[in-house]
Amino acid sequence: MKHLIDDRRPIFVQIGERIEEDILNGRLAEEEQVPSTNQFASLYQINPATAAKGVNLLVDQGILYKKRGVGMFVAAGSHAKLLEKRREQFFEQYVVTMIQEAKKLGIEEEQLIQMIQRGAKTV
Amino acid sequence: MSSAVAVERLTKTYGDLTVVDTISFSIETGKIYGLLGRNGAGKTTILQMLTAQIFATSGELRVFGEKPYENRRVLSQICFIRENQKYPDSFRVKDILALSESFFPRWDREYARLLSEDFQLPLKRRMKALSKGMLSSVGIVVGLASRAPLTIFDEPYMGLDVVGRSLFYDRLIEDYAEHPRTIVLSTHLIDEVSRLLEHVLVIDKGRLVLDEDADTLRARAFTVTGPVSKVETFTAGKTLIGGEQFGSLVSALLLGKADADDRKQAAALGLEFTAVSLQQLIVHLTGGTAQRKVLEIR
Repeated sequence: MKHLIDDRRPIFVQIGERIEEDILNGRLAEEEQVPSTNQFASLYQINPATAAKGVNLLVDQGILYKKRGVGMFVAAGSHAKLLEKRREQFFEQYVVTMIQEAKKLGIEEEQLIQMIQRGAKTV
Repeated sequence: MSSAVAVERLTKTYGDLTVVDTISFSIETGKIYGLLGRNGAGKTTILQMLTAQIFATSGELRVFGEKPYENRRVLSQICFIRENQKYPDSFRVKDILALSESFFPRWDREYARLLSEDFQLPLKRRMKALSKGMLSSVGIVVGLASRAPLTIFDEPYMGLDVVGRSLFYDRLIEDYAEHPRTIVLSTHLIDEVSRLLEHVLVIDKGRLVLDEDADTLRARAFTVTGPVSKVETFTAGKTLIGGEQFGSLVSALLLGKADADDRKQAAALGLEFTAVSLQQLIVHLTGGTAQRKVLEIR
């Protein structure tokens, strides 16, 4: 697991993304307990304070919530909330980037749309 | 938060040679610090002063609020594991563990036994008959089991292979999580330890060049690569700290957090955008790569 951490981006952000990913693909259900900060630290061989910062990032966004003396849990409605957030990011991350690359390669808009349709059938 | 170590204008000279040059920093309690820099940067000299093994030429030094020299109360709270630690020839591994137990008030005998098993230490063998890797393992076991409020590891893994080093990092994180204390890892193997660190102190030629939260540094610099004119357009008005040339392309290293506008501008200019790792940034700051002056560096 250790090599899954990328040293070019803040680690707490990456921990937050991992948890988000687990919620999105159903590995972590709503109202389920998430691993403790120390478990994240051991798993990824990272500083516990950094792991805590990643978890708190999601607490601030209302994705996780704290049960006193028990631990962190996935908040109800967080799956839908994350989907919404990821869909917004999708445009910036994929659509805009794809169009820039297409322009560079001289692919016309019409051609690009055809390619997307072809891709949608095969993938 | 209170500080475990507070250093003010600390300097060490040997004749004309200044090894540590007016350094000031503090180390907060309960955090893992990295003391990073190239070999010969002055890291070990700083640590020897902190642990009262050598005197500072000038400057102020406090450990847990007191001067450490001949101060048993302070020194019993410090465990300093040195690279190439020397041991009396006649001592066996278990003698070292017993001696450590008598010295460190918070020594955990059961934990020391478990660690010795993990590192497969031959307890009855004499220290002089140990391999380099085993000698390092003894240091690691002592350092972890001491549970000292200030534990310092100075390049603790001479002769240890990847598996042994990984075991050290695993045990360190686990035990630190359960028993938080101040830990200083002094090393030039930045890539391996950077994830473990909460705060980074970078030393270059006896001077402190960086004193910063480790995760903050991961978003501190980036590079853009492309034709010279396009790169110059992009870097105008930004903090350029380095550059490299590859044929007709140049790569500029910029300090700062790249925002969405930066990325858009780079994309519009057809420049390739790359994030910079903590290790790359530190290598750059400590002059690890010969930089040719290909761009006007401000």
